[in-house]
This record gives sequence, C-alpha cells and structure tokens, in this order.
Amino acid sequence: MTRSRSLIRLVAVALSAGVALGAVAARAEELSLVSGAVGNDLAELEAQLKIFTEKTGHTVKVVNMPASTTDQFGQYRLWLSAGNADIDVYRTDVIWAPQLAEHFVDLTEAAKDVAKDHFPAIIESQTVNGKLVALPMFTDAPALYYRKDLLEKYGKQPPKTWDEMAATAKEIQDKEREAGSAQLWGFVFQANAYEGLTCNALEWIKSFGGGQIVEADGTISVNNEKAAKALDTVKTWVGSIAPEGVLAYQEEDARGLWQTGNAVFMRNWPYAYALGNGDDSAVKGKFDVTTLPVGAEGESSAATLGGWNLAVAKYSTKQEAAIELALYLASAEAQKYRALQNSRLPTIEALYDDPEIQEKQPIIPRWKEVFQNAVPRPSAPTKTKYNEVSSEFWTAVHNTLSGDGDGATNLKKLAARLKRLQGSSW
Amino acid sequence: MAGPVSPHSELGRQRILAAWWFLAPMLVVLAAAAGWPLLKTIYFSFTDATLNNLSGAQWVGILNYYEWLDYGDGTGEAFGLLADEQWWAAVYNTVRFTLISVTLETLFGLVIALVLNAEFKGRGLVRAAVLVPWAIPTIVSAKMWAWMMHDQFGILNDMFLRLGLISAPIAWTASPDTAMVAVLIVDVWKTTPFMALLILAGLQLVPGDIYEAAKIDGVHPVKVFFKITLPLIRPAILVAVIFRALDAMRVFDLIYVLTPNNDRTRTMSVFAQENLFQFDKFAYGSAASTLLFVVIALMVILTIKLGRMDLEGNG
Repeated sequence: MTRSRSLIRLVAVALSAGVALGAVAARAEELSLVSGAVGNDLAELEAQLKIFTEKTGHTVKVVNMPASTTDQFGQYRLWLSAGNADIDVYRTDVIWAPQLAEHFVDLTEAAKDVAKDHFPAIIESQTVNGKLVALPMFTDAPALYYRKDLLEKYGKQPPKTWDEMAATAKEIQDKEREAGSAQLWGFVFQANAYEGLTCNALEWIKSFGGGQIVEADGTISVNNEKAAKALDTVKTWVGSIAPEGVLAYQEEDARGLWQTGNAVFMRNWPYAYALGNGDDSAVKGKFDVTTLPVGAEGESSAATLGGWNLAVAKYSTKQEAAIELALYLASAEAQKYRALQNSRLPTIEALYDDPEIQEKQPIIPRWKEVFQNAVPRPSAPTKTKYNEVSSEFWTAVHNTLSGDGDGATNLKKLAARLKRLQGSSW
Repeated sequence: MAGPVSPHSELGRQRILAAWWFLAPMLVVLAAAAGWPLLKTIYFSFTDATLNNLSGAQWVGILNYYEWLDYGDGTGEAFGLLADEQWWAAVYNTVRFTLISVTLETLFGLVIALVLNAEFKGRGLVRAAVLVPWAIPTIVSAKMWAWMMHDQFGILNDMFLRLGLISAPIAWTASPDTAMVAVLIVDVWKTTPFMALLILAGLQLVPGDIYEAAKIDGVHPVKVFFKITLPLIRPAILVAVIFRALDAMRVFDLIYVLTPNNDRTRTMSVFAQENLFQFDKFAYGSAASTLLFVVIALMVILTIKLGRMDLEGNG
C-alpha cells in the first residue's frame, strides 16, 4: 500500500519535472509576424514587440509588407495556400476573414476571457461559422481632416454636405493661390484603383443615399440614380479641387500633400491625426477632424469600417507562442499604447473612457460613435467573391473619375458584371 | 575546332552520345523548373481549381476558356476568357506596349551601339555607364520613376514647369492619357542599354576590311550602313528583338508598381496575377497564363519565320 503510494508520488514528481522541463524547452521561441504598414505603424509595432520579448522571452521578427491591402492579400493567400510555416502571425484586414478563414487557427478558446471586452460587432466580423479567425488589434473609421486656420481665415464652418465642402475648398484654394500658395489643393483623398477606392466610393454612395453596393442580404443595389449622382459629383472634383494625380493616390500620398500644408481638406484614417500633430508636421496644431460630409440634407454621414486583426497560421509550428503574441498585441495594454502613440482606435470599449487617451488623443473618444455607425464593406454577403466584387467596383469608379463613361453608364455595366459574378448565389 | 564528322561513323555516334550526357543535367533542370510548372498550369486551366483546394480540382473541359450559357429561350450569354472583354483589353494593352517599346528600344539601341562602336576617348567608361539603367532592378527603377513623375513632388514636372513647357503639373501615372506613355518612357530608359549591348556585339563581328574596301570605292556612308552594316548585323538585331519582345509580352512589375490597376494599362500578366491570387479564380488565372504562353510561343515562331532566322547556325 505504502509502496504503491510512494510509487505514485514518484511518478507524479517525475511527471511534473517533465512538464517543467517541457515548459523551459517551449520558452524563447523565434516568431515571425507579417504586417503591412502606413505612417508610424512599424515603429510602434517594434516598440511593442520589445515589451513582449521582455515579458515572455519570445523574439519576434517583423516581415514588412507594402501599404496596400490589395498587395498584401495576394502574397498572403499564396503563402497560406502553400502551407508556409515561416510566418506564424498575420496582420489581417477586417474584410479578409471569410476568404482566409480555413488557414487560421480557431482562437475562440484562447480568447475566451478577453473576447467580451472587445466590441461584439468587431469580434463577430472576425468570426466565420463559429470560428474566431483573428483577434482585433485596432479598428478604423475615416475622418474629414480640415485646416482650422484656413477655414477661420475665410470665415467658414466645417462643411456638412459634400457640395459645401467642394465650395469651401474651391474658394479657399483659389484665394490662397492668388495670395501665392500655388501648390495648395482643396481636397485630397484616395482614388488609386485599389481597395482604398472601394472604401472612399462606398462612403460617397452611402452618404448620397445610394446603398452599400451589395446589401447585407446579397442584393446588388449599386445601380441607382443616387449612386450615379455621387460618382458624377466626385468626378467634378478631380482636376478642380483635387489634383488629377489623386487617381493614383493611396493613403500615404494624400497624407504627404496634407502634412506639408498643401491641402485644405483630406479624407483619411485616424492614424494621420497623431502624425499631423508630430513635430515635423507643417500643419501641427492647425487642423481638426469632423465626420465625413453627407450627399444631401436628410442623408447621414457614412464612414467605411476598417481595422486590422491578428491571425495565427494553422501551419505555424509554434502555435502556442504565436497565440500568446496575438493575445498580447490585442490586449488592453497594447491597444492603449497604440492609441497614445499612433492614434489608432481601440477595439476594447473600456479604453474610450481612459483619461490619458482622452487627454492626449482627443480624436479617439470622439470617434467611438463614428466607428460604431460605420458602414461595412460587403465582404460578409459576398464571401469568397468579395475581392472580385471590390475590384469590379473600384474599376467602375476609377473609370468614371478618369472620364471613361459617366456614373450611370458605368454603374449599369457594373451591376451586370456583378450579377454575372454572383451566378446563382454568392 | 574539329571538322564535320558523319553522324553515322563510330566517332560521330560517340560524339552524339557525349553531347546528350552533357546536355542531360540542363534538360532535367529545365523540365523540373519550367516544364513541370507549365504542364501543371495548363492542366489547372481545364479544371475548377481554387487556391484553397488545388488537390480537389475537377476536370471541367474548356469552360474556363469558353462557355455558352443558354437561357433556354433562344438567348444566352458567353462566359469564359475568350468572351471576357477585360482579357481582350489586356491583350490589346500588352501587344501595343510590346510593339511600341520594342520598336523604340531597337532604334535607340542601334544608334547607341553605332556610337559606342566608333573609336573615341573614354569609350570603355561610356560603355559601362550606358549599362547602369539595365543593372537597376525593375522594381527599384519603377519606384524611382514613380517619384520623379509624381504630380506634386516630382522632378519631371518641376523641370518642365521651370522650362515653361507645361503650364500645370501633369499627373503622369494617374491620368489615363499618359499612364501608358509613362510606362513606355521607363521601359525604354531601362532596356535600351540591353538592346545596345546585343547590337554592339553584332557590330563588332563585322570585319573591318569590308569598310575599307567601301571607302576606297568611295561609297556614301549612308549606303554603307544600309548595304553593309545592316544586313550583317541583322541576325544580332533579330535575336535582340526576340529577347525583348518575349520580355515585353510578360511585363508585370513595371505596370504593377507604376500605374493604378485599371483597364488602360492592365496587361496579360497583371490580369493573370489578379485572377490567380487576388480573386478566388485560380483556374481562370491558369487559363489566362496558358493563353499568354500560347501567344508568346506564336509570336516567337512568327518572328523566326518572318526573319528567316537560322537557328542551326549554318550561316
């Protein structure tokens, strides 16, 4: 009896020693995190990874990707389809979850204690058939940046409608140019033919009352008069209040013009707020943000829902450490750091009441409501065909803006092509 | 060099056998690195493969190329690559790009080669310097030119504005009228040295005594060029043109980096990449790649036939 008990004890000791040894062996993994970046993203990420390494002993190598989400997606899909084990953690766009779900680890179990702190809608956007594909890192909803000093100088209010915005932009641009600022433009946005144009154009169309391209139930709604009017309106801006080059601009091109003091208005994501107030910025302290204008009285402002998340590859050989990394970068501590350094919107509700964030990045508490009412791109209803839907859409918009057919013609063609793409079901 | 040996003699058979042994490693590598992927791509173009499900691909015949969907009431709609207007726009863009860029590069390359073939001080240095654009990776030169052509910060607009050639900055890569022109400028800048180099190699093979004879006979230099130089370097030019045309037909990086992804500049390679990796249409993209291969193969055959080029080397 006693002998067998002592044997059990011995086994237990041996087992726990083994577990401890195993734990030692599992420590200090070398992880790879792949991420695109705009502005300060990379510096901020590296700083956070340093803290992560101090805490856990894991080292993380960042694989840097281009800023365009379209470019990133192509590469990631290729890696994931090939079962690449070199990358452990992916920074994923909010629209990718349905398309890449099967390549990522289910994080439901790992995040069961923290998931409830995040906004339910965001967690839901990353859940595909009950599987939590990615953990939210930050969310995004664009703003209309405006030059306080210039608007005050000409006695203007921040615009409520797009027409008002265009008129104000035109007036200030013309008068300032006469006064010698030859480089000044009224409005900059993102109209390169890429995912960013889908975001911009969705905002125009939605705020004109023209729907959301493909509605939540899968109906193709984009071919309507209001949507056509929205595109035709924007067409008149290109070359008048916006440089013609805007047709090749992405976020960073627009910010380049803005931050050197050469634009009255800009449409961009909140990250430009912290950078615009940096010491090397020509517009430091001279600007403010407001919600994007509406198409007509009675319509409501629309901001496209963006945001980035962290997903762990199924093919990673270091999944435990990789999940640890994803959990850390999505944690309240990391999100607060990101909010303070980079004015990125947290996905954890409690952080919007954080006094330090309220003081240092006043845009963030103001933006809580904006992103909660943000318009999602039709990635959920169109499932694996979303990228093609988006590409068809931005092509139609880009053609309209560059003068190849008017809004009505191009949207009619677009609707037909989408119908064809849809087939019997999305 | 050894003289011709009859392939039927003992020595001839040995030589042929030895040749095969020497060629074998190259053939194996070629089959593995080029042949196998090509066959795979052609196979996938006849299936319904998606990137997430390559192994479960089902054979669908030519549906990726052409499909007539009958609505049952006498009307119907054509689907597939051959009925896709975007694909034909891409074919048109590619062919136009190839014709213009290769023509310009051949002309400029010829001029530069003639200059570099002449005796002058510091010729070695100039010959090396000319190669610099060719040595820069395409992505780097595309990015470099993208900044130089930037509508607000670009040096090109700044120079032209100061010279008074234009009154307002041009959005080189953004405007649909100039996007292709911008791509052509960069491509010509980058690959003219390549053409110049190959043509120069041809020029150096032309024996000097012919020129001397022509000089003694008092033949006009222009006539010398058209009657002596050009016919003698024609094989070199043809090889260079084929190389360049092959390269130009599959142009991808320059256009992908330099211009917005739209109907005006999308080439066959860009179209294929989009369908293969961006969209959930791996099979369709494979079909596009296969057609691209067929088009290129046809072009090469055509060029060789039209140029009556002798690849056997029997002069």
